[in-house]
Amino acid sequence: MALALDKPRAPRRPAARRGNFELVSWVFMRVSGLALIVLVLGHLLIMNILDGGVHRINFAFVAGRWSSPFWQVWDLLMLWLAEIHGGNGLRTVINDYARKDSTRFWLKIMLYVSMVLILFLGTYVIFTFDATIPTTH
Amino acid sequence: MSDSAIATEQVSPRGSRRTGTLYRGDPGMWSWVAHRITGVLTFFFLFAHVLDTALVRVSPNAYDEIIETYKTPVVNLLEVGLVGAVLYHALNGLRVLLVDFWKHGPRLQKPMLWTILGIWVVVMAPGAYFMMERTVREMFGGN
Repeated sequence: MALALDKPRAPRRPAARRGNFELVSWVFMRVSGLALIVLVLGHLLIMNILDGGVHRINFAFVAGRWSSPFWQVWDLLMLWLAEIHGGNGLRTVINDYARKDSTRFWLKIMLYVSMVLILFLGTYVIFTFDATIPTTH
Repeated sequence: MSDSAIATEQVSPRGSRRTGTLYRGDPGMWSWVAHRITGVLTFFFLFAHVLDTALVRVSPNAYDEIIETYKTPVVNLLEVGLVGAVLYHALNGLRVLLVDFWKHGPRLQKPMLWTILGIWVVVMAPGAYFMMERTVREMFGGN
């Protein structure tokens, strides 16, 4: 005998998703991650391991590197991809662990403010770097 | 206590095919935990690192002063930790890509984990040596 169900189906299917944001974010994590493997591991190898590592870094070293458009583009790309990749990862972490809606909301506001600050500041520094800036006392 | 609650408690906390939980307690779970921790730590470091690098817009000596802290023994050791964290995150991210997009990826996820851990050790051994060599020499070598 067939089972009598009051509502065998919900009258309408709820919207499966609002846009493709989470799909785009999933793809972005993989594409940016692949690029960051080259950009970040290259950065760490040059800055921390090769040729004396961190001990040779100073203002003159930075000025030498940023005199080349190649390293300017490298650093700019690394800044944007790493900040958005990391920010999106932290967004996922906040979504997973925040228990109250208000906690989740304010943690994300803090995250997004920090991301805008870092992206703006880092971009500003790369574009306006001045090797002849005077020494202060 | 209901019957279902008792049945739930009888499930072994260790993950295996025999107990029916494929994931919990499995190395695959710990690789995910480590991926999160290394990712969050790296993100916080990036925040500090963009701020300290921004000092090149203040003055050469302001930047040189902050960079000197990177050369102290304690921070130098933290840099080895940072490189280790980033390298793990990169290698495991590659493993995640292979699990997602390579047809043999899901089947080989565990051997791939042991492989990336092996690569991590092989890269970190000389990496840590070159990063710490000068600091250790200056601390214990006397010159």
